[in-house]
Amino acid sequence: MDSARPMGWIKTTFHKTGSPRWFFTGARPWVVGLYVFGALLIVVGSTWGLGFVPPERLQGNSVRILFIHAPAAHLAEAIYVSIAIAGFVFLVWRMKMADMLIQAAAPIGFVVTVLALATGIIWGIPTWGTGWVWDARTVSTLLLAFLFFGLVALRQAIGREDRASRAVALLALVGVINIPIIKYSVEWFTTLHQPPSIVIGEKPAIAPVFLVPLAVNVLGFYCFVAGVVVAALRARIVEREAGTQWLRDWISKS
Amino acid sequence: MRKLRQRRLAVVLFVVGGATATLSLALLALQENVDLFYEPARVTNGDAPLGVPIRAGGMVVEGSVAHDREGLGVAFSITDHAGHEFDVYYVGLLPDLFKEGKGIMVRGQLTEDGLFKAHEVLAKHDENYVPHEIHDMAEAADLAGGAQVVGTEPS
Repeated sequence: MDSARPMGWIKTTFHKTGSPRWFFTGARPWVVGLYVFGALLIVVGSTWGLGFVPPERLQGNSVRILFIHAPAAHLAEAIYVSIAIAGFVFLVWRMKMADMLIQAAAPIGFVVTVLALATGIIWGIPTWGTGWVWDARTVSTLLLAFLFFGLVALRQAIGREDRASRAVALLALVGVINIPIIKYSVEWFTTLHQPPSIVIGEKPAIAPVFLVPLAVNVLGFYCFVAGVVVAALRARIVEREAGTQWLRDWISKS
Repeated sequence: MRKLRQRRLAVVLFVVGGATATLSLALLALQENVDLFYEPARVTNGDAPLGVPIRAGGMVVEGSVAHDREGLGVAFSITDHAGHEFDVYYVGLLPDLFKEGKGIMVRGQLTEDGLFKAHEVLAKHDENYVPHEIHDMAEAADLAGGAQVVGTEPS
C-alpha cells in the first residue's frame, strides 16, 4: 500500500523493536549510557537539593525530601503507563517483547512506587503531622504498588506461560484506569495531599531555586531507571531465547 | 490474521471501556465517601453529621487563633473564603505548619451548637514552594497568592 509509505518508518521500528535479537544486541550501549547519564544527574540533583537549596518558608528543611519524592512518584506512574501500553500491544499483536517488557518493568515499578510511598510518609510526619492518611491520593498510589506486585504474582500463579502472559497483559491494561485517578485525585476529591505545583499552561508554584534541582532529579530518575528496565529486559531475553542460534553466536563472539 | 487482530482489538477496547465506565460511575456515586473531609460549606449547611467522629477542613481564619491561658487548649475558626465558617476547639499540640490563613484538617465531632471539638489537627501544606530568603515581599505574596487562585481560575 503506497499510502502507508510516509509512515513506514514507524512500522519498521515497531517490527524491529519486536525482535528480541535486534533489541538485545542494539540496546547494550544504551544501558551503559543511561546508567552513567542518569547517575550523574541524580548525584548532581540530590546533592543540590539535599545540601544547597535554601529552607522553604513554611516547611523549613523538610522540603528537601521533595527532590526524591516527586521524581519517584512521577516515574512510578510513567512506568505503569509503559506497562499498560505493552499490555495493549501484547493483547492485540501478541508481540513477545511487549510481554517481556511487562515482566521486566513490573518489579522495578513496584520498587519505585514503594520509594514514593516511603518518602511520602517520611515527609508527612513533619509537615502534615501524620505519616499516613487514607485520602484519595495516598490510597490510589498504594493501589499502584499493589498492581505492580499483582503483575508479578499473577504471572507466577498461572502455570502455563502463554496463559500467564495474556492474563498479566490484561491486568496491566485494565489497571491503567488507576493512573488518571492518582493524577486527578487531588482535584476531584478533598485530600490532605496538596494539589499539583506544576500544571501545564500555568506558572509553576515552585520557586526556581527548587524547580531547577527538581527538574535535574526527575530527568536523572527517568534515565537511570530506563537503564535498569532495558538491562532487565535484556536479561529476560537471555532467559527466553536461551538455546537459540543467534544467542549462542553472540555469546561465543563476546 | 488481520481479522484476528481486529477482533482482539475490539475485545480489548470493549473490556477497557467497560471497566472505565464502571469505575467512573462507582467513583461518581461514592464521591462523598472518597472525600477525605467535609468542607466548611457542608459543615455549616448541616450536611455533616452531629456527634459522630468526622473530618473537616479548610483555611484557618486570620486572627481567629486564641490559646487558652492555661493548658494546651486552642480555639480557632475555619473558612472556605466563600462565606462559610465554623469554630473549632482543640486541646493538644499543633503541627509546625499550622498557621493562620493556611489549610488544615481537623478530626473530631461536631456538636449541636456548631462547635467542632477536635482531637487531631493536621496541616495541609499547599502546593507553593517559596524559599525562606525571599525578601521581596511582592514576589513572595505573588507566589503565595497563587494558593487561593489555583483550582478556581488561573489568573
